[in-house]
Amino acid sequence: MASSPYFSLAVLFVAALGFGLAPLGLAWGWGKAFSPAKPNAIKNDIYECGLESKGDAWVQFRSAYYLYAIIFLIFDVEAVFLLPFAVAFTGLGAAACAAMLVFVLLLIEGLAWAWAKGVLTWA
Amino acid sequence: MAVDEGLKIELGKQGVFVTTIEELYNWGRRSSIWPMQFGLACCAIEMIATTMARYDLARFGSEVFRPSPRQADLMIISGTVTKKMAPQVVRLYNQMAEPRYVIAMGACAISGGPFKQGYNVLKGIDRYIPVDVHIPGCPPRPEALIQAFMTLQKKIDGQALTGEDRPRHLNAEAQGEFPVPVQGEHDLEPTSNPGVWTVPVVIR
Repeated sequence: MASSPYFSLAVLFVAALGFGLAPLGLAWGWGKAFSPAKPNAIKNDIYECGLESKGDAWVQFRSAYYLYAIIFLIFDVEAVFLLPFAVAFTGLGAAACAAMLVFVLLLIEGLAWAWAKGVLTWA
Repeated sequence: MAVDEGLKIELGKQGVFVTTIEELYNWGRRSSIWPMQFGLACCAIEMIATTMARYDLARFGSEVFRPSPRQADLMIISGTVTKKMAPQVVRLYNQMAEPRYVIAMGACAISGGPFKQGYNVLKGIDRYIPVDVHIPGCPPRPEALIQAFMTLQKKIDGQALTGEDRPRHLNAEAQGEFPVPVQGEHDLEPTSNPGVWTVPVVIR
């Protein structure tokens, strides 16, 4: 085993691991030995900016919110990319122009999908 | 065994540094007092100014204001504590991990200040939690807050790790829970924590 070319690497790995874990262990040991834990009900309570927590955290969100995410992506993110595209348009090569068009068309496809689904009409 | 102060300086001149575990431990504690990030009133503005470049609280290792009591060592009561707010402040103090320290900043936090006669202002936060450093002022200047930090650092430095007056986190018997007052019909109930504050006797 010691003749393996990777043996020194393994030794170094164990040393590195010890270098990281030893301080954690020492801190834990120090805490155990010298700093007794004094838990109580108020201390262990959920932190709610000083208020007592009320109700249940397991509430459900409507999955329909993903539509807002998609529409946001189309109108906001696309506008951000369209502006530099328009500014640099005259100096662009054919390949860059095609790449940009693919990007824009992909998003427009999403818009067409949302439109067809009737998302754009406010209920 | 503690080394004599004069001998320590003499050894230091020769390039030999001697110390004790206690000194190292307290040096680490006092050089990283992380305050809790909250402000109650106008004193908080001075507290914010203290952390900024002009006064530079980072020199004391205390620029790391933590937004959670679990990671904070110091509570700066920066401003007027109303009776509406007092239970929250006491609960947050309870939720801090030991060792925890409190600076009462400004006249209001110490005694109610200009609002002492008001019906809705707590007449000093030390009615409910133990305060380590009081700084007067309305509001205290950033220099005063820095003075409070230095006073607190001196206090931490002077705390022996063993013996009767060792810091609370090293003492298994020390009280760790400070009752949170509730809103009563006319006042907070109880009106003070007898464990940390005795009601002064008024002699007329």
